Amino acid sequence: MARQRSVFDIVGPVMVGPSSSHTAGAVRLGLLARAVFGSTPACARIGLHGSFASTGRGHGTDLALTAGLLGLAPDDLSIRDAEQLAAEAGLEITFDIVDLGQVHPNTASFELSGPDDHTTKLQGSSLGGGDVMITQIDSYDVEVTGELPLLLVAHLDRPGEIAAVTAVLAEESVNVASMQVSRERRGAGALMLIETDVPVGTAALDRISSAPGVTGVRVVPSV
Amino acid sequence: MAYTSFADLLVAAEEHETLAAAALHLEALETGSAPEDLRARMRTTLDVMRSAVADGRSGRASSRSGLVGGDAARLTAAGPGPAGPFFTDSLAAALAVAEVNASMGRIVAAPTGGASGVLPGVLLSLAERTEADDDALVDALFTAAAVGGIIAARASLSGAAGGCQAEIGSAAAMAAAAGVEMLGREPSVSGHAASLALQGLLGLVCDPVGGLVEVPCVVRNATGTAVALAGIEMARAGIKFPIPFDEVVDAMGSVGRSLPPSLRETAIGGLAGTPTARNLNLEDS
Repeated sequence: MARQRSVFDIVGPVMVGPSSSHTAGAVRLGLLARAVFGSTPACARIGLHGSFASTGRGHGTDLALTAGLLGLAPDDLSIRDAEQLAAEAGLEITFDIVDLGQVHPNTASFELSGPDDHTTKLQGSSLGGGDVMITQIDSYDVEVTGELPLLLVAHLDRPGEIAAVTAVLAEESVNVASMQVSRERRGAGALMLIETDVPVGTAALDRISSAPGVTGVRVVPSV
Repeated sequence: MAYTSFADLLVAAEEHETLAAAALHLEALETGSAPEDLRARMRTTLDVMRSAVADGRSGRASSRSGLVGGDAARLTAAGPGPAGPFFTDSLAAALAVAEVNASMGRIVAAPTGGASGVLPGVLLSLAERTEADDDALVDALFTAAAVGGIIAARASLSGAAGGCQAEIGSAAAMAAAAGVEMLGREPSVSGHAASLALQGLLGLVCDPVGGLVEVPCVVRNATGTAVALAGIEMARAGIKFPIPFDEVVDAMGSVGRSLPPSLRETAIGGLAGTPTARNLNLEDS
């Protein structure tokens, strides 16, 4: 899932400062967490690890993560007002200093919950230059970079599920760039992550959602 | 993949006439985008750089910690110094963008947020001085990006990995190569300009006070701009650096790997480790 270096990664990205890793990357982590959750959460508990914990405040990492959860882009000037915008949006955020073990120094953990009982836990790292990777979604180990549109399909771990989903993509002419499958344990819940060259259309989504054994579908746009 | 050596970029520039055209050609090939669309996107990038210079020079930008801000306006108000108005303007533009970056304003990472002042400092001022149009500036940004891509491929653009030489040093090399091409010199001269700039910043450590992209980062964008201008000045006069740019970059990568972690953006050594820096208590501000 390594990205190709474009000239716009070198002279760019256009971003709100001060740091591509601690600010722009943090916004992108927030945006990915928001997309995986599916909407603006009502409550977010964010753990700051390593360099995010020690130099995060001075870099606006807290504001940047908050801004991402609110859906603001990395070049949005209102990132500096994210604390107030969160209050207005009814998003309650708490930050903790945490030790997540042997992970990248710029790592954050998220516990997001909605107005309903719906909760999602994620963990992700800002790798430098604005590149990021979500490494955990709930109990699944993943590698999500936000470079390409991503389709998340929660499903039962049983034969035929992957074929059923990819058949729909084939029929709808959606090219798959990469694919990961992870499961809780044999025969239990599983998660498919499918990166596509173009966003998956609603027709394909409806068909995948209603496939037997599929328990949830989420579209994560590139950020 | 971007060009991974200046030697390859030079070969491509023979076919396409300029470094900028070679860079644009490869980007169009790899992304499938039309060259005119890529130029339009770079034009937007240029507009962001320009706005950041204007914002910073107005003096409105001040950082969350309050440690930096107002220096671009101070330099502007002081007017031309002994090295002439062009030099003053270049340094002021570099400080301006770096101050906007520190104040959570909008900038173009070039190649990073911390080093975002050098390209505008060198190229916008040079364009004004030589009355180059925006097409020439867009070309210059493509050239700068191609040179930065070579550094990313061979060494690093990250202060945490390679020290400040990888950020401000890379930005100065990118700006020097692009600046020389803007002056109408042939592609090989850009290589000498980039080498002459980068050699002057080899070994520069990343020692941000309190871990913030403020001290010395903001003023280092100005001193990095000065080094880039020195590279341009020498190269356009025909001064050659005997070590090819690719090898200078390899040396930078090797020096970066031998820097202790305390001098690679950890806010432990260098200026960050001074008694004054330690007494600043920035995380409580």
